[in-house]
Amino acid sequence: MPFKRFVEIGRVALVNYGKDYGRLVVIVDVVDQNRALIDAPDMVRCQINFKRLSLTDIKIDIKRVPKKTTLIKAMEDADVKNKWENSSWGKKLIVQKRRASLNDFDRFKVMLARIKRGGAIRQELAKLKKAAA
Amino acid sequence: MAPPSKLSLGIKRASRSHTYHRRGLWAIKAKHGGAFPKAEKPAAAAEPKFYPADDVKPRAPSTRKANPTKLRSSITPGTVLILLAGRFMGKRVVFLKQLKSGLLLITGPFKINGVPIRRVNQAYAIATSTKVDISCVKVDKFDDKYFARDKKTKAKKTEGELFETDKEGTKNLPDFKKDDQKSLDAELIKAIEAVPDLKTYLGARFSLRDGDKPHEMTF
Repeated sequence: MPFKRFVEIGRVALVNYGKDYGRLVVIVDVVDQNRALIDAPDMVRCQINFKRLSLTDIKIDIKRVPKKTTLIKAMEDADVKNKWENSSWGKKLIVQKRRASLNDFDRFKVMLARIKRGGAIRQELAKLKKAAA
Repeated sequence: MAPPSKLSLGIKRASRSHTYHRRGLWAIKAKHGGAFPKAEKPAAAAEPKFYPADDVKPRAPSTRKANPTKLRSSITPGTVLILLAGRFMGKRVVFLKQLKSGLLLITGPFKINGVPIRRVNQAYAIATSTKVDISCVKVDKFDDKYFARDKKTKAKKTEGELFETDKEGTKNLPDFKKDDQKSLDAELIKAIEAVPDLKTYLGARFSLRDGDKPHEMTF
């Protein structure tokens, strides 16, 4: 099966290890076989090992090592934030973050909601079973 | 820079007569009628009757002040706490104030989960981030003395009665305590019912389920 996500200038990646874990960054240059130069609107440009990156489907149109303002503008033109938040991967991460930040009362309310939902589903199912019988 | 006051170790620059004049010792003599004022010798202390065998320094009294235990910053009046030990383990209760002994004053409220006005140690409570508005609740009358045990009057037991242990007497809660509970909870329950689901939340006990990692849960 051919590769679809390539390491290239403008490839958006997710940092999956280290201090910046969970941050969306853009590859702005390749240092050598193992390392890339990455940049994001709210961080200082730095080098990182490819092993610490997970490539995404999103790519933006930039030249090698753009200025910060150019990078920000390119990211807005490509609408990286919305594309990420609407992708299933991005949505999954947002849900994970939300679940981790729930406090005890929120977890209780979620439990009540799940019971309610389960009850409604079971009622519908019972109705359907009755109709089919 | 002024000339040094000594030429070498032990040799002063000014002569004895020079220093006498410089220090104004002649003026002091003149002030006191031609002679130096003799300082009065302090009255000799009476010989103590007892000399201790060892030279021990007397201990200075401690200036340490006893303060109530430092209250965790997450615990503020109106916080919902989860009790971790005791009869009401797992119950979610409302924190009212910290008493002078350092213990926390809490109430269920009693009608919601059966926890009365009680004292609880901070170490046995998890503070959640849920807060109830207790501005309309009056807690001034509760202090540590309110919770003191009644002193039992011990009647002298005769030989026959010494072995009877069932005469202890039933422990009944005095009426004024029941009234205090009711009046305290009346306002509190109104504030609780204003928040949806909070009443059922306080009525339920907390427990860990499969997959729960308490060190990663935010309360």
